[in-house]
Amino acid sequence: MVEVLDLRTRLRPYRAVLASRVRSQRSYRAGFALDLLSSLLIGLIELAEIWVLFHSVVEIGGLHFTQMLLVFGLAELCYSLADLSVGHCDTLPSYVRAGTLDVFYLRPQPLLLQLITSDISLRRLARVAVGLAALVTGLVLNDIAWNVSAVVLLALAVLSGYAMFAAMFVGAAGMQFFLLDGAEATNAFVYGGRYAATQPASVWGRPIVVVFGFFFPMAFTAFLPAMALLDLPGAEWMPSWLGWCAPLAAVWAWIVALLTWRWGVRHYQGGGG
Amino acid sequence: MRATTRVYWRLLVAGFRRQSRYRLAALGGLVANSTFGLLKVVILFATVRAGGGAVEGYDVGLMSAYVWISQGLLGSVNLSGRSEMAERVKSGDVAVDFLRPVDVQGAAIATEVGRSLFNLLPRGLPAVLIGALVVGMAMPTHPAPYLLGAVSLLLGIVVAGATVYLIAALGFWLVDTRGLQIFYLAVSGFLAGLFVPIPLFPAWLEALAHATPFPAMLQYPVDVITARVDLAASLGLVGAQLAWLLVIGGLGQLLTRAGRRHLEVQGG
Amino acid sequence: MEPIIQMTGLGRDFHVRERLRRRKVVAVDDLTVGVEPGEAVGYIGANGAGKSTTIKMLTGILVPTRGEVRTCGLHPVRERRRLARQVGVVFGQRSQLWWDLPVQESFRILAAVHALTGEAERARTGELVEQLEMADFLTTPVRQLSLGQRMRAEVAAALLHSPRLVILDEPTIGLDVLSKQRLREFLVAERRLHGTTLLLTTHDMGDVERLCDRVLVIDRGRLAYDGDLPGLSRTVGAERVLVVDLSEPVPDLLDVPGTRHLASEGHGLRQRLAFDAEATTAARVLADVSRRAEVRDLAVEEPDIEDVVRRIYAARR
Repeated sequence: MVEVLDLRTRLRPYRAVLASRVRSQRSYRAGFALDLLSSLLIGLIELAEIWVLFHSVVEIGGLHFTQMLLVFGLAELCYSLADLSVGHCDTLPSYVRAGTLDVFYLRPQPLLLQLITSDISLRRLARVAVGLAALVTGLVLNDIAWNVSAVVLLALAVLSGYAMFAAMFVGAAGMQFFLLDGAEATNAFVYGGRYAATQPASVWGRPIVVVFGFFFPMAFTAFLPAMALLDLPGAEWMPSWLGWCAPLAAVWAWIVALLTWRWGVRHYQGGGG
Repeated sequence: MRATTRVYWRLLVAGFRRQSRYRLAALGGLVANSTFGLLKVVILFATVRAGGGAVEGYDVGLMSAYVWISQGLLGSVNLSGRSEMAERVKSGDVAVDFLRPVDVQGAAIATEVGRSLFNLLPRGLPAVLIGALVVGMAMPTHPAPYLLGAVSLLLGIVVAGATVYLIAALGFWLVDTRGLQIFYLAVSGFLAGLFVPIPLFPAWLEALAHATPFPAMLQYPVDVITARVDLAASLGLVGAQLAWLLVIGGLGQLLTRAGRRHLEVQGG
Repeated sequence: MEPIIQMTGLGRDFHVRERLRRRKVVAVDDLTVGVEPGEAVGYIGANGAGKSTTIKMLTGILVPTRGEVRTCGLHPVRERRRLARQVGVVFGQRSQLWWDLPVQESFRILAAVHALTGEAERARTGELVEQLEMADFLTTPVRQLSLGQRMRAEVAAALLHSPRLVILDEPTIGLDVLSKQRLREFLVAERRLHGTTLLLTTHDMGDVERLCDRVLVIDRGRLAYDGDLPGLSRTVGAERVLVVDLSEPVPDLLDVPGTRHLASEGHGLRQRLAFDAEATTAARVLADVSRRAEVRDLAVEEPDIEDVVRRIYAARR
């Protein structure tokens, strides 16, 4: 009981900040509705980009559109959840310029936790909805042998996928301590990573498998779990049983992200900012 | 007349110069555009192969040229919807612009085009070069497509600049145009043919795209440079770009005048 | 008692990239200063002299290149979070409030951040609101505050958790005379009431004169002076000015020994004479003037502090 109370006290600062962010976003109703709509449109257009390809051909990388829907749905759901909760981290340069980061130093909480809980983008709920709808449709339309292990696999995939994308945002923030003016470079792996995650990894060449299959483990967010769920063979170097290893990939992503963040903070304290 | 031309030329050069200071930003953009280019190549090549070597006239060589030229143009063709003009309207600084003896719309677009032209150097050419070296691409062997392509490319940049100006000008009446900018960002890339070439769209969607100015910003210039369509059709595309420029530019001129009156009445 | 700030041989270099070459810039060098609890210290120097760098090292934002620093007995970088509970910092140029929220909501969040109990929060907020006269704008969003109001809210935000040490970086910059006066009075009262230690950087010498009993002058990263304010004027030999009101107009007093005639008003009814406090005394100058004319009233003006700093710099170069 004492520990529960202690945890509540410790979470109080983060809850207070987040609650105020939620309130302030809901207070501009008209603006918020438009934001939701734009966000919905972005999600739908991202889906349309895949759909139009299947207008010309029946399968890409050995996958039909319904199977791609499963890959897209998983990737989009995990990405948009991460974007909603930690997406603001990759605007670190604006935090540095406004001096917000220096203010974080003056508060008795860890810097990274303060940064992560400093904002939340509720408008991205619309994209979460697009991802969820695509995922559910994919699950219904495909022939999946539903049993306990399939449910466990799906749950692991969503949690690990979310963790991997969140790690990407944190890693990008760490990099941006070095790249204040060239922050766009981190888009290469954050947004590039999201784009890669929605692709059938079976079309990748080996260099891309190394980069977006393993180093930034984007194939583990959606493609591999989906292949395991559909009982399909996967891709070269990436057999579908690796779909079960998504949690390991998430741990790896966080190790890289935290090291990058630490490295970035050291650089900042060293006066690179 | 000559004096007027010189003013806009100066503004264009100033935009070019100002952009040249953001070298690290340009490098960051190039890294991002090239990464996306490689990912676009693999999925679109796979589509071409799934279609038996060609889809809607695109073989891998033409598809590669399409991918890398469009990635290279990303830094120059404004598909983000953001502009300096939008900021100036929001902050009220635009009132100062109206005091100058220069057309506000012309000045804003000239500066924006200067900025875009600079980006062709650190972001456009290298992206195409990377694509040519790493992936390889099919390009025309005679000069006509390149000459006409340069005109088309410039027109594409100006059409995008004029459209983004239109959004900014709506800020005279709206409190905040950020929502519109995000809307523009969402639809512009897709309908301009940034992710999938428009000829691959289903017929109804392709028709819808052609009814908007977005293909004139990206798909048309790429079609002209790569000679995907013959010379006569290329001339037709350039004509379509000119028509869009006239319509959008004229609309922008009307909005600017109305906006000025609105400012005078409302006092900003 | 243990000093609240102890810097020993503290130094910090930056590497600046100039085109392709990297150049080392020494921002702070060999700083050895101790500050006792309860002191009020003015930290002054020109732009780029190293003031902000020092503050960032004191609060754990920057890692020193050499030397040691202890703030509240803690290592600022390694024990940053414990230190944050005991220090309050006001950056004149950057805000720790939430710009789209009402002032009182920012206070509520900061109370949660510093884990204040409900009772402590109410008591301290009430005290600060009253003393800084913030009741009128508590429900106003921060972005709508005037500069003076915002600065008072910033100070309150930094002091909400009753820190032992308060560091103020240019707290009065851009404020009007009345707002400055109010803020200074509050800081004097806060110090008297809670024994708070103050360290402030400023360009406004009025801040130093009204608030500080000790002055540190930093020049090109190095400590140029450490002592009280009158001592500073004496050290640099700045001239004091004797202003005399005479009973009848007399010609300009150009021949008083050890003085320089500055100006006359009212055809010589009021005259201003500058003298070097090291070479002569006010009494001797007054005696010399009395021999030439009847003195009705007099005043001695202390030297302008900005001038003093300028002289320190000139003397060191």
